[in-house]
Amino acid sequence: MLSTLNSANRTKGPRGHGSKQMLEQSSTPEQSFKAGSPVIRDARTEDMEAVGEIDAGITGLAKPDYWSRAFARYGARPDRWFLVAEIGGNVVGFILGEQRAWEFGSPPCGWVFAIGVAADRRLGGIGTQLFETICRRMGEAGVETIRTMLARDDALNMAFFRSQGMMGGSFIQLEMPLSHPRQSDETTGQNR
Amino acid sequence: MKLQKATLFALFSVLELARDPERQMSAGEIAEIYGISVNHLAKVLRELGRAGLVEAVRGVGGGYRFSGTAKRTSLYDVINLFGDIVTDASEMPGQTGDTEIAQALGRVLNEIDEIAIATLKSISLSTLLKSTEGAAMGAAKRTESRQFELSR
Repeated sequence: MLSTLNSANRTKGPRGHGSKQMLEQSSTPEQSFKAGSPVIRDARTEDMEAVGEIDAGITGLAKPDYWSRAFARYGARPDRWFLVAEIGGNVVGFILGEQRAWEFGSPPCGWVFAIGVAADRRLGGIGTQLFETICRRMGEAGVETIRTMLARDDALNMAFFRSQGMMGGSFIQLEMPLSHPRQSDETTGQNR
Repeated sequence: MKLQKATLFALFSVLELARDPERQMSAGEIAEIYGISVNHLAKVLRELGRAGLVEAVRGVGGGYRFSGTAKRTSLYDVINLFGDIVTDASEMPGQTGDTEIAQALGRVLNEIDEIAIATLKSISLSTLLKSTEGAAMGAAKRTESRQFELSR
């Protein structure tokens, strides 16, 4: 889980805005480009600078090496999706996800762990189009359920994913700082 | 989680009115739909009016109309008008809040509260109404499918 990216989305595009006219293609966006309408396509190496800038604009951290590695890991790979939204030749948004299987007994499912839209392109439904496209791609790969994980206080992203129809799932995330004194068998009185 | 009556009535009213912001409904009409007390509902609607979520329309055919922003108003915003859902461990009876067990229980209750609040804050009125549309469509499809099966 690339948790640093999960706080990247500050999009709150109204669902349905432009979604029926969603344009998507994987190789030649120029053919279907219309001014103002994003083309959703697979990310390319040369997109990473723009993706990094969008992320830096949101998180305040420039991580060019990280994005290069992310592309190497998720770009053009089976069961992994790294998509970008392009308008007029400019990358204005991105989304990453992958298919995972049998973690904690979970059948194959799709994970969305990063989404971001350029600040000056928000409220235009780009986040929704990115999300809908990755959902469709995952569905075509056989995924039946998609998941994401958010900080509890990340109300904006939570509202975005909720507005897309996502709800609390069947798993609960637990955590513990390693510096915390671990409850031993002695204190719990149980053998595990 | 169990909500106070007033809070539940407020959610019913706001969501019913937000379905169609142009529509005016009387307290009696809303009360009839949900089978609740019209007098109690009238008080709730006045409170919602003070909060700017609904407005009273006078005259013939008057009633209440949604005046908020459905995409920007969360369930928590409405609930918060009528009381706090948080279970404060310090409100435990007697001096129990000082004990280790009470503090540990308090941490668990706080965890539940935080999840509940995060959930309620993340669901806008429009998102909830959208989910009802999906459910209604699903129910209609099931009925249609059943009718088709029965007619065969």
